[in-house]
Amino acid sequence: MITYLLRRLAGLIPMLLGITLVSFIVIHLAPGDPAQFMTSLNPKASEKARERFIKMYDLDKPIVEQYFLWLKKFVRFDFGDSFSQDRKPVLQKILERLPITIYLNVAALILIFIVAIPMGVLSAYYHNSILDRVVTVFVFVGFAVPSFWLALLCMYYFGVVLGVLPISGIYSYGFSELGLIGKMVDVIRHTLLPVILSVFGSLAALSRFTRNSMLDVLHEEYIEAAKARGIPERIIIFKHALRNALLPVITILGLSIPGLIGGSVIFETIFSIPGMGQLFYQSVMMRDYPVIMGILVIGAILTLVGNLLADIMYGMADPRIRYEKK
Amino acid sequence: MNWLHLLFLLVILSSCGGDSSNLEKDMGPVDVGEVSNSVDRDKLGDLVVEGSIGDASNLIPILASDSVSHSIASLVYNGLLKYNKNLELVGDLAEKWEIASDEVGGSIITFYLRKNVRWHDGKLFTADDVVFTYNVIVDDKTPTAYDGDFLQIDHIDKIDDYTVKVYYEKPYAPALSSWTMYMLPKHLLDDIEITSSNLQRSPIGTGAFKFKEWKNGESINLSFNSKYFEGRPLLNGYIYRIIPDSTTMFLELLSEKIDFMSMSPIQFSKQTDNRRFRKQFSKYTYLSNNYTYIAYNTKNSLFSDKRVRQALTYATPKDEIIQGVLFGLGTKATGPYKPDTLWHNKEVKTYPYDLAKAKELLRKAGFVDEDGDGILEKGKKEFKFTIITNQGNSTRAKVAEILQERWGQLGIKVEIRVLEWATFLNEYIDKRNFDAVLLAWSIPLEPDLFDVWHSSKCEGKNLNFICYQNSDVDHLIEKGRSTLDEKIRKDTYFKIQEILAEDQPYTFLYVPMSLVGLNKRFEGVKPAPAGIMHNIIKWHVKENNQKYHFIP
Repeated sequence: MITYLLRRLAGLIPMLLGITLVSFIVIHLAPGDPAQFMTSLNPKASEKARERFIKMYDLDKPIVEQYFLWLKKFVRFDFGDSFSQDRKPVLQKILERLPITIYLNVAALILIFIVAIPMGVLSAYYHNSILDRVVTVFVFVGFAVPSFWLALLCMYYFGVVLGVLPISGIYSYGFSELGLIGKMVDVIRHTLLPVILSVFGSLAALSRFTRNSMLDVLHEEYIEAAKARGIPERIIIFKHALRNALLPVITILGLSIPGLIGGSVIFETIFSIPGMGQLFYQSVMMRDYPVIMGILVIGAILTLVGNLLADIMYGMADPRIRYEKK
Repeated sequence: MNWLHLLFLLVILSSCGGDSSNLEKDMGPVDVGEVSNSVDRDKLGDLVVEGSIGDASNLIPILASDSVSHSIASLVYNGLLKYNKNLELVGDLAEKWEIASDEVGGSIITFYLRKNVRWHDGKLFTADDVVFTYNVIVDDKTPTAYDGDFLQIDHIDKIDDYTVKVYYEKPYAPALSSWTMYMLPKHLLDDIEITSSNLQRSPIGTGAFKFKEWKNGESINLSFNSKYFEGRPLLNGYIYRIIPDSTTMFLELLSEKIDFMSMSPIQFSKQTDNRRFRKQFSKYTYLSNNYTYIAYNTKNSLFSDKRVRQALTYATPKDEIIQGVLFGLGTKATGPYKPDTLWHNKEVKTYPYDLAKAKELLRKAGFVDEDGDGILEKGKKEFKFTIITNQGNSTRAKVAEILQERWGQLGIKVEIRVLEWATFLNEYIDKRNFDAVLLAWSIPLEPDLFDVWHSSKCEGKNLNFICYQNSDVDHLIEKGRSTLDEKIRKDTYFKIQEILAEDQPYTFLYVPMSLVGLNKRFEGVKPAPAGIMHNIIKWHVKENNQKYHFIP
């Protein structure tokens, strides 16, 4: 197990380097550069101004040299400073936006699991019944409805017509004078709509997945055998069948780790949430290379680690899988 | 995995209360500041919350080029001069100024500074700050996009603590307006690199509002400056809330969570046309500082004949565009100036919508449909071209579609390409690789046209990207920027507008209206050509209408 782990970890390093090199080149291939946004179409900028920006950002150097300059900093875990006008360290920019993004994603992820798995199990158990059809339609409606449209309708109804929920943002104006409980309630009230809507939009995948996986398992012989032995149906479903049906869910969990730091641009924009999605989108539009690289690298690391974790946990959960050479 | 999630949740929930601003519930011990007369005392209080699409980037204004940073800066800082509500230059930190010429043909501006003005940290504002601001702008290490005007300065002298003399090698007309640039505090920036200063995040100025707090991507909070030299603002503070989506912002306005926003034409004309809205909000309109145009690449043989450009303008239904796209909330543009300013020439040649005239002009220029396919040709070459415009502005795409339809009726095949901004600039504008561009210019209050219309600005990445070259215009531009005599300048710019109207290098389309909705509880708001913000320090709310009872 240990040698397997070490081998896998060592394998991650060249992979990560490859990812950074390809990303670095690709983002520099896009037309335009950050100096442009300060000086283009701005009559107040002298001709010197543009050159000054280009020099300041090392954009006059060949791209390979720029990559090595970046890499030299990166191996010391320094992502550099943002090219945007605030010039903040990249890591600080990311850390400012990470808590709210992770909070929303984790809350949504937990709710998705809580709602989607029972839905899938029930759909499989009563498959082809009215209930199955209703659930199917419900989750596909959630999947198919444009989220921004539904979001605006909900904001109008709950925020303007009923006036029971805040429309956007994360805090009220008087946030800092609230007590701890008040603060929690305030944040939950503000994030209720975005979380519920993103759960509604993502139920389909997991519930369908659980349903199919469960259907397969229910046809296995050991289920028949368990039934023949007179074990209660409830225990068969939730203990014997579900456990096996959920094995592949570990893979889904592993793959959702990098997603935890990502955010939806549309959602964050509509709900005025300063999260990672907006940061990434703005950085790309402004050609803020250090921030783009920072987010991509963190995403890449989390993906690689998530995969590794999923593989390891798979081995722990399923005794048939072993990693050591025999 | 689940315990980890929970731990995250706990950490996040508890960190939400991290930075606590000092909210003060009662007005008791707070210094309410100098109020000009005692009647005003019961008008004190409340806040105004403005919705803004974008966040600020940097609150040292010379380092930022976005409009949000500059509108915060306008509340926190002052320049030596400012534009008043009628868009005339008046003194701000400078009480008065004198213009003189020296014996070698240069010009000297003497600024007499206001005394007893204090920075928000209590230090006195003096001539040293003015000299410092100039030095830092022209410093090669300062990454600013506003150095152009200041590089014209030969040198600058401090005469005493409240007098500064600025020397220009030759008379430079835009000089005065460049001194609306916000002054920076020398004592806080002198020994450090400006790009590492924390004033970028928490500015110290001399303005009516003091900076309090900046929550990234959420809000920027300002509180009143009790020592402001024009008297303390009657409001207790100004909150800038960042709401990136304009529909969301509109919902926030309806639910009275924000007081004040700029609206789109459809919101202004259709969605707010009801009794409930009129009861809660006042609507204001004034002309914006920009015009939308279609520019023809004069290097393209299709457009080198001015009759072709005139024909295209005749075939441009400006009224239809303003009605259809702006719901009537705009004015026809005829040249590069704002119609309500003194530089605008009302008497220039106009091109009322007339397809027959347009056809006639095109025929004279040699474009006829010889093969009967509905598309004009000259020789073997078909009259077809592409209009490019930038993504993210649906108004422009709609205008392009109207033009495509109308010009199609003349037998011109028009294609439209909507491009991402960086690509648009880099691959098309900077490389002069386009037929016609649909875009807008902001209209600076200083009338100099050198950067956009002088033939020397045709090469490289300069702004005369259509390469308009007219030696008469060149002479007039040079004349206009080298005199400080307003009368001569006005005549000069009137003449330029006549030539531009004849040449039609651009089809000037429209100047849109700024459309503002403001909560009715604010009183003392006086709309003017400059908008409504010019007297923000006089805005007030009656005591029983006041909504927010804390000071940011």
